[in-house]
Amino acid sequence: MKPAPFTYHAPDSVAAALALKAQLGDEAKFLAGGQSLIPAMNFRVAQPAALVDLNRLAELDFVRVEAGELRLGALTRQRQLERHPLVKRHARLMWEAVPHIAHPQIRNRGTLGGSLAHADPAAELPVIVTALNGRLRALSARGERWLDAAQFFLGLFTTALEPDELLAEVALPPLPPDSGTAFVEVARRHGDYALLGVAAVVTVLPAGPQVRLVYLNAGEGPVVARQAAEAAQGRALTPPVIDEIAAVAAEHDLQPIGSLHASPEYQRHLARVLTRRALVTALERAVEAP
Amino acid sequence: MMHSVTVTINGRTYTRSVEPRLLLSDFLRHDLDLTGTHVGCEQGVCGACTILLDGQPVRACLMFAVQADGHTLTTVEGLGTPDKLHPLQQAFWEKHGLQCGYCTPGILMTLVAFLQETPDPSEAEIRAALSGNLCRCTGYQNIVAAARSAAQTMRPAAGGE
Ligand SMILES: Cc1cc2nc3c(=O)[nH]c(=O)nc-3n(C[C@H](O)[C@H](O)[C@H](O)COP(=O)(O)OP(=O)(O)OC[C@H]3O[C@@H](n4cnc5c(N)ncnc54)[C@H](O)[C@@H]3O)c2cc1C
Ligand code: FES
Ligand code: FES
Repeated sequence: MKPAPFTYHAPDSVAAALALKAQLGDEAKFLAGGQSLIPAMNFRVAQPAALVDLNRLAELDFVRVEAGELRLGALTRQRQLERHPLVKRHARLMWEAVPHIAHPQIRNRGTLGGSLAHADPAAELPVIVTALNGRLRALSARGERWLDAAQFFLGLFTTALEPDELLAEVALPPLPPDSGTAFVEVARRHGDYALLGVAAVVTVLPAGPQVRLVYLNAGEGPVVARQAAEAAQGRALTPPVIDEIAAVAAEHDLQPIGSLHASPEYQRHLARVLTRRALVTALERAVEAP
Repeated sequence: MMHSVTVTINGRTYTRSVEPRLLLSDFLRHDLDLTGTHVGCEQGVCGACTILLDGQPVRACLMFAVQADGHTLTTVEGLGTPDKLHPLQQAFWEKHGLQCGYCTPGILMTLVAFLQETPDPSEAEIRAALSGNLCRCTGYQNIVAAARSAAQTMRPAAGGE
């Protein structure tokens, strides 16, 4: 047997899961899709003393629209996100990004909440939730709190969740009118973690377009390009301006760490190319927006 | 502590007692002798262990056996028999879609689910569907050819078998 021994709990209500986690403490882990946790346990990189399996919690598996916001349960499978008409209609950016996560066999198990709680800087979903200004609902036996994406992602594999807290739900507010989005990434093979990727949101306002760019694998978590957004303030997005924004993002906003497969210089090069593509597409979609 | 697991696999129901850390892939192979499901990497990358969980392809190496309690599984043993191959297996035979065969069970289980959802796939769709299954022998050409051929025989419009 590969993983180290652990005790296994499969509660059938959220309340029971929270009580168990409070009681078992730091040594216990929630098990969602298992697509990051189980590989780590197979290699004994992770050796939790107990697992609290969330898979029976049907109450955490939902996609619905409430007061114009898209509400997604943490246990929603990634495969469901890419297939659900409400996700396509209300969060096209997410719908576009999810097929880049691993392979269908992995997305059939992997969950939204698992990916967000895992907080891999190369993961797609944390970037999407950040780009869309999502809010995250954390539950514990002590109560509930809502966190903005910016408060939630704290760095490499680190979130603001306390050890007894469960990520229960994500709320994605609607984009302002005349907004368009695009997600692009480059991976060595389809389904591999990307070398670099970017989510773009462009909103066309009377005073000029507003640009939001968020990157994956470009730092210790989802990287929001603030200087690029400033450089874009109030300027028509002509090709030279788009080039300039992409250069500012690549040179000033990103902190790529590089890997065996891509040096930081190459990642910055990718950032320029992908930012241009994403901005052009997002702008087109903003102009077409109903 | 041991946990009781009851699963239906290829139409047969099994009840066993397992340690929580037993992977579903090892449960199938070691406890139930269903050795058609292969194990390559145990980190979700190679696809050799792909099986159907309630009809959807998943990695058997990334689930614990105890989690399969109450679920319905299909493994490669559930497709056809040596005397009566499943149309997909027949197509792999005819098009030489395998050499050593290590990757084959996982590829068959991936494709069987894919062809059900996408009865008339393009070559690009077939290649995308196969992106999560590694084959070190064939170079994939004949696997793609077998998938195309199977799609034709399996499509109801084409008269099926
Ligand atoms: C071969 C392979 C390729 C992959 N490629 C990609 C890729 O390209 N992009 C990508 O983004 N991901 C990729 N992944 C990871 C995959 O998307 C995982 O599904 C995801 O990272 C974790 O989600 P999960 O539901 O499987 O979580 P699990 O593995 O079950 O859990 C991950 C962590 O989150 C915690 N957790 C889970 N749910 C909750 C919750 N509701 N509240 C609090 N804590 C929770 C767990 O305790 C654990 O620490 C890949 C995985 C594999 C095996
Ligand atoms: S053994 Fe499961 S994916 Fe390789
Ligand atoms: S036939 Fe040998 S690995 Fe595919």
